[in-house]
Amino acid sequence: MSDPLAHRVASATPPQLAHRIRGLSDRTIAWLFVAPTIFLLLAINIFPLIWTIRLSLTNFRTNRPNNAVEFVGLENYRKILTDEDTWIALQSTAHFLIWTIVLQVLIGFTLAYLINKKFRGNDLWTTLIVLPMMLSPAVVGNFWTFLYQPQIGLFNYFIAFLTGADPASFSMIGDVALAPWAIVIVDTWMWTPFVMLICLAGLRSIPPSIYEAAECDRASKWRQFWTITIPMALPFLMLAVLFRGIENFKMFDLVVQLTGGGPGSTTLLTSIDLKREAFEKWRTGYASAYAVILFVTVFGLASIYVKALNKVKDR
Amino acid sequence: MTQFINGLMRLRRGPWEMLATILIALGVVMLMQPFAMILFTYSFIVTLVGTVMFIIVSHFPE
Repeated sequence: MSDPLAHRVASATPPQLAHRIRGLSDRTIAWLFVAPTIFLLLAINIFPLIWTIRLSLTNFRTNRPNNAVEFVGLENYRKILTDEDTWIALQSTAHFLIWTIVLQVLIGFTLAYLINKKFRGNDLWTTLIVLPMMLSPAVVGNFWTFLYQPQIGLFNYFIAFLTGADPASFSMIGDVALAPWAIVIVDTWMWTPFVMLICLAGLRSIPPSIYEAAECDRASKWRQFWTITIPMALPFLMLAVLFRGIENFKMFDLVVQLTGGGPGSTTLLTSIDLKREAFEKWRTGYASAYAVILFVTVFGLASIYVKALNKVKDR
Repeated sequence: MTQFINGLMRLRRGPWEMLATILIALGVVMLMQPFAMILFTYSFIVTLVGTVMFIIVSHFPE
């Protein structure tokens, strides 16, 4: 015991406690440290998951706790998977998911590539670009509701300036054809900086010596981009897609604030549909089955994705 | 193709993971496609089989 601090701590430990600790193996002490985390994981994640699966097989309704709960087997699953409204909600979610990821990756990577170049005011631009991500989704939703106003909205005036159309002639959140794009635009505006930051980390991790070697071999900038930049930044890009994919699959707050799922059910994403089933119609068993379907889908996709990510990292 | 089938027969991780991945991807596409209701109806079972298979076969030897 040459370390004076360790010596002081050891001598300050009450003899009874020191004796008890000496009696435990390293493995037991390790388990004691990990046990609270495992307990929390079981209580917060695993137990609710098992409980949800159990509820999904019943006709339980939270607003009628005194009613007898009947086991209905896979009836809830059958109802959901033959319901046309649920199918449409999943199509809306797919539209939202695909377009937000495509746009965020393209714009985010382009911004990261530009920000990675050394120029004056680089840090200031980075801070300005990252600002939307720091706002609350409720604030962003309200803010864009004003921007999308047909009479006074700046967005409509900007589009009118570009196309020459009358600004009051279209409503981004009131039109069936435009509303799905309205939520894509807002999510892209808000979360592209996040993708940009991840891509920037990827670009900054590429050693300059590789580019120098490529210059010596007279590789063109275009060739360097496709054979050095993209392959080396690919794990980071994939990580960004994974994060945004999972987040957007359960997107709720921003869309509720902007359109509330409307007009009609054009922007009714699965998370909003699920919330309505669970807490407005109080069909708890049905909503649990819906949640299990979404969980299995996200879990399956994430498994594939993590496998692909590991393969790219090992290359 | 022969190598893939041999891998399946000998319970090797690579081909089985590939099969599970194809099932999951197929299930997700079936769940979100706008063309046929029948595909939507059977999408969950396909995804579930793929996901469970993925969890099991990821413990197979390389």
